[in-house]
Amino acid sequence: MLIEKSLNTLGRYLILMGHTFQKPERMRMFFKEYIKEMAQLGVNSIGIVLLISFFIGAVICIQMKLNIQSPWMPRWVTGYTTREIMLLEFSSSIMCLILAGKVGSNIASEIGTMRVTQQIDALDIMGVNSACYLILPKILGLITIMPFLVIFSSATGILGAYATAYIGQVLSPEDLTLGLQHQFNAWFVWMSIIKSTFFAFIIASVPSYYGYTVEGGSVNVGKASTDAVVSSSVLILCSDVFLTQLLS
Amino acid sequence: MIEIKNLCKSFGDKDVLKDISTVFESGKTNLIIGQSGSGKTVLVKNLVGLLTPTSGHVLYDGRDFVNMEKKEQIMLRREMGMIFQSAALFDSLTVLENVMFPLDMFSSMNLTDRIKRARFCLDRVNLVDAEKKYPAEISGGMQKRVAIARAIALNPKYLFCDEPNSGLDPKTSLVIDALLHSITHEFNITTIINTHDMNSVMGIGENIIFIYEGKKEWQGISADIMNSTNERLTDFIFASDLLKKMRAAVKGKE
Repeated sequence: MLIEKSLNTLGRYLILMGHTFQKPERMRMFFKEYIKEMAQLGVNSIGIVLLISFFIGAVICIQMKLNIQSPWMPRWVTGYTTREIMLLEFSSSIMCLILAGKVGSNIASEIGTMRVTQQIDALDIMGVNSACYLILPKILGLITIMPFLVIFSSATGILGAYATAYIGQVLSPEDLTLGLQHQFNAWFVWMSIIKSTFFAFIIASVPSYYGYTVEGGSVNVGKASTDAVVSSSVLILCSDVFLTQLLS
Repeated sequence: MIEIKNLCKSFGDKDVLKDISTVFESGKTNLIIGQSGSGKTVLVKNLVGLLTPTSGHVLYDGRDFVNMEKKEQIMLRREMGMIFQSAALFDSLTVLENVMFPLDMFSSMNLTDRIKRARFCLDRVNLVDAEKKYPAEISGGMQKRVAIARAIALNPKYLFCDEPNSGLDPKTSLVIDALLHSITHEFNITTIINTHDMNSVMGIGENIIFIYEGKKEWQGISADIMNSTNERLTDFIFASDLLKKMRAAVKGKE
């Protein structure tokens, strides 16, 4: 029963994606929506990404210094581990989990409300491909802006680590710099960007599916919003395992 | 002209529409009336393609909407306008942008001409002053008028209205009725209105179809209703004691 339901959901999701990835009726309107979604989903998330990344960067640095650093360890270990955690996991996976909550619920409730107030029916009757018009700009907009969010997140996390060095004086800035520069592998930046691009697709498409297929009233929109966040978070975590294995 | 032939629609075991055949004429306000749950909205949804009939045909000037290719359906839908019960205006767009939306999407006009056309449509529904407002900032009656302006922006051949007067006061309902009636005649549109409103039935009903439990029970014009012997129709139309007395008085005078 559960397998049948899951396969049914997957099938409906794939059909919706089939309708979504089609040539827009009017490119001018598509670009207008694409720019709007980049601003709404991406630019409006910069604040929370910077805030969380700064504090997480600082906390990781303190934890590493207090729990890992010892006379037996080289002095660059705190900076090194902080950089690797920020780059490999936090700025891509954990930040995307946070965005799945913020952006995912926003998308599901917006499209769900449009569904229950018949705005999507209005688009369909006009002859507009509503899935393409509503969902495609969100997916492409978030995929476009996500690499910037990842880079901002990593950079701000490192700033947070420096704050603990300069303000908190947990470790010396020289040691931190040494660790941050130690055996730097540029591929990890690309890996982070590639992973987050996949996650951006999940964050935009899964809540869109839940919103688009909602039936009923406001209670169902709320439920769809919750389901969207839970499903996209689980999918991000599962795909993180495969992507990390694949890209490492 | 829209012709329906033997239209049936079922949801599981439940037959909602049972073998309906009728013709909706162009340049006339065609009204679908019936009790709640009789299948009026399902009928309109089948006509516009939001639902697919279980069997039967819907012919738009001879073109079979049910059996045509998806692309042809989309092209035909561009000849339709629809006014929803809830107006269904786009929340994030202003009144002017809402009316411009179909023009932005499908017309080849330049921006100046699109704005001009949208303002003409807003002027037609007496709403030019509200063009910069958002749907949430205007009243229900104004929202319905914006929906009418949006529906006529592309000069549709077919106009569908799902309970356009629901939630409106009697005076505003009359304004909406008058607007729909005049637009229908001015642009020679095939207008189909799904309504409960007896003022609409008596005022603008040029072709009335009464649906009872999914079947076409009666068809005629508003003038025929007074003298109709169909009990189900008269029970529905003259449901209140006041209306029954009024009918008796009119018949007495005759």
